[in-house]
Amino acid sequence: MLNSINHHQKLLLHRSPKCLSPSPFSTFPLTLTENLPHPLTPPSKPTSQILSIRHSLLTHQLTAVEIAESYLTHLRRIEPKLKSFLHVADEEYILNEAKEIDNKISRNESVGLLAGVFVGVKDNICTGNMPSTAGSRLLEGYRPPFDATAVKKVRELGGIVVGKTNMDEFGMGSTTEGSAFQVTTNPWDASCVPGGSSGGSAAAVSARQCVVSLGSDTGGSVRQPASFCGVVGLKPTYGRVSRYGLVAYASSLDVIGCFGTSVADAGILLHAIAGHDRFDSTSSKQEVPEFKSQLTASDNFESRPLQGLRVGIIRETLEDGVDDDVASSIREAASHLEDLGCTVTEVSLPSFSLGLPAYYVLACSESSSNLSRYDGVRYGNRIAAGELTHLYGDTRAGGFGPEVKRRILMGTYALSAGYYDAYYKRAQQ
Amino acid sequence: MASLLFRGLQFRPLCIYPSSLWTRKVGVLCCASNSLQTQNVTTHEKPKKFATRNQDKTLDQFLKNYEAIIGIETHVQLSTLTKAFCGCGYNYGSEPNTDICPVCMGLPGALPVLNSKIIECAVKLGLALNCKLSLNSKFDRKQYFYPDLPKGYQISQFDVPIATSGYIDLDLPVEFGGGHRRFGITRVHMEEDAGKLLHAQDGSHSQVDLNRAGVPLLEIVSEPDMRTGIEAAEYGAELQRLVRYLGVCNGNMQEGSLRCDVNISVRPKGQDEFGTKVEIKNLNSFSAIGRAIDYEITRQVQLLSQGLANQIVQETRLWDDGAQKTVTMRKKEGLSDYRYFPEPDLPEVTLTKDYIDSIRDSLPELPELKRRRYEQMGLSMQDVLFLANDVNIAEFFDATLSKGADAKLAANWIMGDIAAYMKNEKLSITEIKLTSDELAELISSIKSGTISGKIGKEILFELIAKGGTVKGLIKEKNLVQITDSAEIEKMIDKVLAENPKQVEQYRGGKTKLQGFFAGQVMKESKGKANPGILNKILLQKLNANS
Repeated sequence: MLNSINHHQKLLLHRSPKCLSPSPFSTFPLTLTENLPHPLTPPSKPTSQILSIRHSLLTHQLTAVEIAESYLTHLRRIEPKLKSFLHVADEEYILNEAKEIDNKISRNESVGLLAGVFVGVKDNICTGNMPSTAGSRLLEGYRPPFDATAVKKVRELGGIVVGKTNMDEFGMGSTTEGSAFQVTTNPWDASCVPGGSSGGSAAAVSARQCVVSLGSDTGGSVRQPASFCGVVGLKPTYGRVSRYGLVAYASSLDVIGCFGTSVADAGILLHAIAGHDRFDSTSSKQEVPEFKSQLTASDNFESRPLQGLRVGIIRETLEDGVDDDVASSIREAASHLEDLGCTVTEVSLPSFSLGLPAYYVLACSESSSNLSRYDGVRYGNRIAAGELTHLYGDTRAGGFGPEVKRRILMGTYALSAGYYDAYYKRAQQ
Repeated sequence: MASLLFRGLQFRPLCIYPSSLWTRKVGVLCCASNSLQTQNVTTHEKPKKFATRNQDKTLDQFLKNYEAIIGIETHVQLSTLTKAFCGCGYNYGSEPNTDICPVCMGLPGALPVLNSKIIECAVKLGLALNCKLSLNSKFDRKQYFYPDLPKGYQISQFDVPIATSGYIDLDLPVEFGGGHRRFGITRVHMEEDAGKLLHAQDGSHSQVDLNRAGVPLLEIVSEPDMRTGIEAAEYGAELQRLVRYLGVCNGNMQEGSLRCDVNISVRPKGQDEFGTKVEIKNLNSFSAIGRAIDYEITRQVQLLSQGLANQIVQETRLWDDGAQKTVTMRKKEGLSDYRYFPEPDLPEVTLTKDYIDSIRDSLPELPELKRRRYEQMGLSMQDVLFLANDVNIAEFFDATLSKGADAKLAANWIMGDIAAYMKNEKLSITEIKLTSDELAELISSIKSGTISGKIGKEILFELIAKGGTVKGLIKEKNLVQITDSAEIEKMIDKVLAENPKQVEQYRGGKTKLQGFFAGQVMKESKGKANPGILNKILLQKLNANS
């Protein structure tokens, strides 16, 4: 376990590009560039690519097919270097979806908020018409017979699922190097990792291969790659989004999250997928508020618009082991919030250092259970054998990567008789 | 049927047993058992044969000195519309893998959602078994690997079952000595069933049918309170009665809706310490339970009487119905580690007092109360057990009584002619055409003298077979009893006149001929003459001119 922690900290020391989301598509017709622009100052309007596209479609400035074709061409051009996708949908399928939207618009029918928007989906989120491997050799070629609820909602709003993005196997990792298939590069710097486990989703949005994307976050797997790739990554509260169709890693921690090039887009996507789902007993019944109506351009703020809001900053997150650049970025953000009227107070969370070990115990334990179903009997890559124990052993040994095996072993140990109280139960408390 | 069970024992690498026999314990898989069995054969001593009478006598003596401690684990398959955690239906005998969906198949990304009907069934059964209900219980994952367990874990309840500490009251059958018994119930908990495995005859492969995976079960664990095969068999039968009464399960052991596993050990009478426990599986009827236990007690006592106590090992044995004995299935290798932990995908189960009360109010009269009520009517224990044991018969009986019929008479009719008909035609009481209203009508018609008992029997047959009403049949066939003395007298006169020879003989001393005359008069009256009046007048006439 100690090795993993050091490994994790090492990654935090990687150079992650300091930038804020540039917006190359602020003018139409679309101009797509091979080289991504240098860091720009933050835009003065809340730019929502989703709303821009909607505007272009409804004012007939662009067709969905035109938009789809330009994104697709760009995607294909940079994909050999970037490798953010494990599977890209058929061109025919994509253009048909786009055509459908154009037809609706020409008939003056209403189209959903995500109409014509390319959405990347992390490969551990089930899509009925595309493989879902969760980044694992064991599920190579596996095609689920259903869409995850989040995907279903995206499609209902007219979103076009352009493909499945690369990830650390079963969500276990923070660099996407844990994928059984390929390594995704960071669009900003080929010598850097995109982060993980939703590295593919973050890179795809950052490189403008798609407008927004879905990822999953169990221990930072949306937030961290978003930071590494310079895009907005939003991890919703557990239970805000249905987990039905998300390949389970740690059932009590997993959440489906959103990537976008702006806060607005991440928010719109979250609103699209949030809400109670009767297929997920852990999804919250609380009402989903209208996020996007509450997004205002910073220009329009009165001075100190966050007056009265108290924000805590955890002292232990800025102490030893944290990169100086990271610490100063956080302090800058805190003072920015103060400028906006917040009261920022430093608080101490003495148990903070126990968070990571507790996470590892819980996540490994739950994942050792959730991954028991991968035995090659009903689906997945089976390595045939003459005896049952060998079938199980060979299939799992051959299909799982080393990190997955490590965590399954740790989790099994933590749950075993005599150790449950010492590890799992304590971690829960 | 695709889900047929294989019968017969063959020791092969992939053993051919009905899948319901396999306990799914970690580390002991059907392939690995091959090597285990060869170990058994080489190390297990063959028991000596006991053919002589002397040794039988000693055995009897030993049996008297020992007592058996028996506990039973029962799995009850709930007859809910859909499975425990998904919307699939379940139909026994369906084509394999047709009642399945991503959830019960354990596909990646699928999540369980609790069928609330299970809670209702569990609370009903818990109340019926006089248990303490846990107001806050939860589900746990019980983890092991087996091809019929899609998720690699079973959603069950471990440390906080929904019901604990109850008891069940029953009466032993009259033919086995009768007697009232109370057996403790340790716990009742909810869980899901696994699928079925079908093994190829040649052992080359096995097939998985997941239709049954995810079907809701209630597991009932008894205290080790039973002492004999009869007690155990009746416990099983009473549970079957109970689940049928409550409507939570059809209780068919043949279909596997009700499964019993027996745990048995013996110890010298007076000893506190328990003996080595043996588990017996593959018990497909209550009589098999009784016989298996009797066999096992004898087997164990036999070994003990020879000083071979070390040959009684903690193991699972199968009941071989053909050979009428238990045989080793596999040895238990210590306790299995199921790595239980709370199911994170399902919320806690919370019961409110109101909910429990509403279910308690909806419970039907349970067998035990019914039996006590019938007993108080003055019926014999035999009658009580017959009438109360089948919920439909009890309902029919109660309905007949509610129309004013006499309990004893109704009981006689039901247990006599009606039961005989049902047996012959293989029909249940709900399938015969006779209604309880009409039975009550029949009884009162006989009582009032409108028809004779004999005619009553004839009508009954017609009512059972074809339906109709008593009044209707009486009218249609002109069956009203003749009670008019004058009319009867006329018929008697006619018969006597037609049979002068027999009259002579009677008056000469052959008084037995009265029966003959009575019979003839009956024939003449087409069975409608009131026998009492008939015989009175007949005797008068016969004895008159002598």
